[in-house]
Amino acid sequence: MANLAAVVGIGQTKYMTKRTDVSIAGLVREAALKALQDADLTWDDIDAVIIGKAPDMFEGVVMPEAYLTDALGCNGKPMLRVHTAGSVGGSTALVAASHVQSGTFKRVLTVAFEKQSESNAMWALSNAQPFSTHLNAGAGGYFAPIIREYMRRSNAPYNVGIKVAMKDRLHGARNPLAHLQKPDITMKEVEESFMLWDPIRFLESCPSSDGACAMVIANEELAEKSPKPPAWIRGVAMRSEPTMYAGREMVNPQAGRDCAADVYKQAGVTDPRRDFDCAEVYVPFSWYEPMWLENLGFAPEGEGWKLTMEGATSLDEGGDIPWNCSGGVLSSNPIGASGMIRFAEAARQVRGDAGAHQVEGAKLALGHAYGGGAQFFSMWVVGSQKS
Amino acid sequence: MSDEQDEITVINAPVYLKYNFTAGKAPARYLTQLKKGVLTGQRCPKCSAVYVPPRGSCASCGVATEEEVELSDKATVESFTIVSIPIPGNPIEPPFVVANLVLDGSNISLIHLLSECVNEDVHIGQRVQGVWNPESEWDYSMNNIRYFKPIDEPDVPVEKIGTLPVTGLEG
Repeated sequence: MANLAAVVGIGQTKYMTKRTDVSIAGLVREAALKALQDADLTWDDIDAVIIGKAPDMFEGVVMPEAYLTDALGCNGKPMLRVHTAGSVGGSTALVAASHVQSGTFKRVLTVAFEKQSESNAMWALSNAQPFSTHLNAGAGGYFAPIIREYMRRSNAPYNVGIKVAMKDRLHGARNPLAHLQKPDITMKEVEESFMLWDPIRFLESCPSSDGACAMVIANEELAEKSPKPPAWIRGVAMRSEPTMYAGREMVNPQAGRDCAADVYKQAGVTDPRRDFDCAEVYVPFSWYEPMWLENLGFAPEGEGWKLTMEGATSLDEGGDIPWNCSGGVLSSNPIGASGMIRFAEAARQVRGDAGAHQVEGAKLALGHAYGGGAQFFSMWVVGSQKS
Repeated sequence: MSDEQDEITVINAPVYLKYNFTAGKAPARYLTQLKKGVLTGQRCPKCSAVYVPPRGSCASCGVATEEEVELSDKATVESFTIVSIPIPGNPIEPPFVVANLVLDGSNISLIHLLSECVNEDVHIGQRVQGVWNPESEWDYSMNNIRYFKPIDEPDVPVEKIGTLPVTGLEG
């Protein structure tokens, strides 16, 4: 049985298109310092640093963690880099948590980042492969046919993705850190935006952001002494599966279902829609909300879109299970950090520290990230109480 | 013009990457056959699924694949997207249709271009066939097929996509 661990400090940069005022080192340090400040700690209180980012190809800096040790105060301390594609922010938090749950360290700092303004993610995700045609058109090109298949199977109305795109931006307008600030967005505006990878429109896609997110995770003893309420880590799970195999379920991946079942079991969650107060789920393209509602068991297969259309996932409509109150990946997407932001925002909710996007009285929240060809999944459940 | 230069915060420093690809036994055989204008896959001894391009193993069963299977250049549209932005490093002009296609005789989709079609009429289950480059231009490359185009055959019912024998729907 693992030891208890909790999030005691959270730090995020403001997400934006370009942070030309800081280097990558400056960016991660900014988030780390904010997390330390939030936990009322200093660099000396940290035993180890766990860092994560998406592929090195993005910024073209190979092993950036090697040169970031200085900025993150870990000279003479253990540092470990995690990489699981787009889910890396989540899996980095889980690796950090496991180092505390195992008793190896008492208090660790975990940081994830991306500086998309210095990178070309579309290029990095579109490189030619020797035994295939060179037609991979970035992440959108990969996910668009899967979304189309979901639309066919579920017979969902055409505007479900449009609704999600509006809803998450309205959430984002409550969050001063969110990159896109679109308080007046309408479904009409989303619908009229440029069709990039049919059926994915421009406004149904995530932005390209610079940003970093950091958390301090501490053991039970230290978390109890922490000045602000801890977010207790009640369950942690990761799963992966190959990108391609015959008969692979692409719309509703097995690895995602297995990961959810594992993390729910640890946290005693039997009915996610009822048991959670909110969820921060990795939705980089709008239609992934209904798809993940089903994959994560919030709705029966083929019916996730009904929750979206009923307003169940919307703060503004008073929904019973708000998803992505922070604005989600659709409002801010520093790729490597996006998963950790989900985990951190879930923790903010149960700490009662989410500002204008707080779900009143939130006690239990899900943080979720996915990556690669929807093949790497990381999830955690955080609560205001230990059990 | 001002004498003062704008502060420099970012410089462009492109990285170029050229690498040798060691194909391995199965992809090497696939590419060799492709140069002769033949599409080949490999069958999993456990689940019988046929993989193309073959990678020498079945990622589902975790076993090696050896049995070679010749495939058709006719295929079924499993899904697709109409792309309206350019692909970095590819001169193709948008909009273009990229489809997930299952070749007859195989059980996994690969992506290729659809052309000679009305983009708006492309649909799941549609039957298509490869349009090959002239034989003199064949190389160790899937680009030997320039694109796939719709053919006059009935749509494949959704539940049968990915299960067609090499002889096609009527086979």
